[in-house]
Amino acid sequence: MARAVNQPVMSKAKKKSLMKRSIPIYIMALPGLLYLFINNYMPMPGIVLAFKNYNAKKGIYGSPWAGFKNFKYLFATSDAFIITRNTICYNLVFILVNTFFAIFVAIILSELTSKWKKAYQSVILLPYLLSAVIISYLVFAFLSPENGFINNSILKPLGREAVSWYQKQEYWPFILVFVNLWKGIGYSCIIYLSTIIGFDRGYYEAAAIDGATKWQQITHITLPLLRPTIIMLTLMAVGRIFYSDFGLFYQVPQNSGALLPVTNTIDTYVYRGLLELGDISMSAAAGVYQSMVGFVLVLGANLLVRKLDPDSALF
Amino acid sequence: MNNKNIRSERRFQIFGNIVMIIISLCAVIPLILMVISSFTDNDALIRDGYSFTPHKWSVYAYTYIFSSGNSVPHAYMISIVLTLVGTAVGLTITTLLAYALSRRFLPGRGVLTFIVFFTMLFNGGLVPTYINYTTVFGIKNTFLALLVPSLMLNAFNVLMMKSYFVTGIPDEIMEAAYIDGANEFQAFFRVALPLAKPIVATIALFIGIGYWNDWMNGYIYLTKRTDLYSVQNLLNRMIQNIQALTQNASTVSQATQGLATIPSVSVRMAMAVVGVLPIVIVYPFIQNNFVKGITLGGVKG
Repeated sequence: MARAVNQPVMSKAKKKSLMKRSIPIYIMALPGLLYLFINNYMPMPGIVLAFKNYNAKKGIYGSPWAGFKNFKYLFATSDAFIITRNTICYNLVFILVNTFFAIFVAIILSELTSKWKKAYQSVILLPYLLSAVIISYLVFAFLSPENGFINNSILKPLGREAVSWYQKQEYWPFILVFVNLWKGIGYSCIIYLSTIIGFDRGYYEAAAIDGATKWQQITHITLPLLRPTIIMLTLMAVGRIFYSDFGLFYQVPQNSGALLPVTNTIDTYVYRGLLELGDISMSAAAGVYQSMVGFVLVLGANLLVRKLDPDSALF
Repeated sequence: MNNKNIRSERRFQIFGNIVMIIISLCAVIPLILMVISSFTDNDALIRDGYSFTPHKWSVYAYTYIFSSGNSVPHAYMISIVLTLVGTAVGLTITTLLAYALSRRFLPGRGVLTFIVFFTMLFNGGLVPTYINYTTVFGIKNTFLALLVPSLMLNAFNVLMMKSYFVTGIPDEIMEAAYIDGANEFQAFFRVALPLAKPIVATIALFIGIGYWNDWMNGYIYLTKRTDLYSVQNLLNRMIQNIQALTQNASTVSQATQGLATIPSVSVRMAMAVVGVLPIVIVYPFIQNNFVKGITLGGVKG
């Protein structure tokens, strides 16, 4: 029966039986497609909101047009620059730092013979399963100005003055990079580790016979073999550089106003515009800016990936 | 292997274990601090701050949380029901859609796959989504607000599962089922689904953890019905109240007064422990599937 599909000309009876077979399959697909329609496709035309003066009574489509006014306002403020800079710069640093440490840990894990290997892997993956709210509590336990571990148990014994962590901008780029690494390293490490495990052990055995040290094996075998994976994953991450982890930038700094210049990203800006400031048009404009540039970046990254390695491309 | 190699190997093993022990400690130390703090006497906490070596232990925080009239057990129930219902529905529609997309003979399969895939490339963003759900569907301040938006099904899971159905289940086995007279539903339930158990378990996990950890839906859509708050929402509101009090209070005494009315420092950490507990308990059992899922999806993700 399956062969019938491949035949260029189908008889009427075969067409009929194919339809009969397909109907149950369409029924199976329906609930999922309906969900995507409601959750993803229905909001899509709503991006016109960015070109309108939103009036809640008239709805998205009834509100009067505003042309590019919302965008003009958005880019006239310093916010547009700050949120773009923060989103892109944090993501770039995240990619660099996480990739470096993930490969470092993955190589060590792949070479270890100890029975603890599995336990290490499990433990470093655990933070990945925690919600942003829980993570903000954990960070708070260390950084709380009154009760925090750092102020009370490290700075005090050293005779240093307590720091109001949630008011001081200068520390947060480091804190956020660290928290992001802490949360994400287990995840990226697993991907690299599974790639390394797939390598042909013959290379390593041959190198060992030739007297190569561990370090030489890593730099001359593992890393070169890992290169395509590193490039692919990095490109994929670069494609998502316009999107930020909302929980990380909103929850972990506890929405502290004093920290906004270093914690505000496009996602947190859109959220605040919509639900805290009620500036829906501006928020929508920032959202469209993100969707459009994000779309172009994903397409571009994928185009590059497809040139380098068609099998890894998303499409 | 010569001596030099054996020595270098041994040195590497020692170095590697030390590094991994340090990194593993970094991963769990914040959690340990949280657990110890939750068992610390509140006065000791206020005096010494959160500490690994408290001067006085106490289980007061937990008796407080589970005492009657407290919102924690209620929020816990909401989280459990939400996770169970969400995972059941989400997993069902994800599996059915993925299976449908894996059927090679299906007319329009390419178009349907693209419809699913396109949602990974482009989205309307938060504002239109919010307006859609609140005005068209009116789910604000209902349980559906926790359940429906964004968490139930995503293209990534569907496509991952679809490729498992395509590569992991041989055509011959399916054909044999058809020859035995099975219809499409029977072939799916009796043949394809049992063979796809590993991926079904993995996706169930992804969806379940997504629901348990979600705080955004409640935060955005539950503006009045705080009785529908999940554990995450409750935790979130608590930390916000503290924030608001310390920032807005004009005098120190005002702040102290305000802080006295909301759960004390140890209770806060106890609540966080309670929020993490289910994940830590099931983690040993799920981690193999979880790792498998990351490996499958990773290179494409």
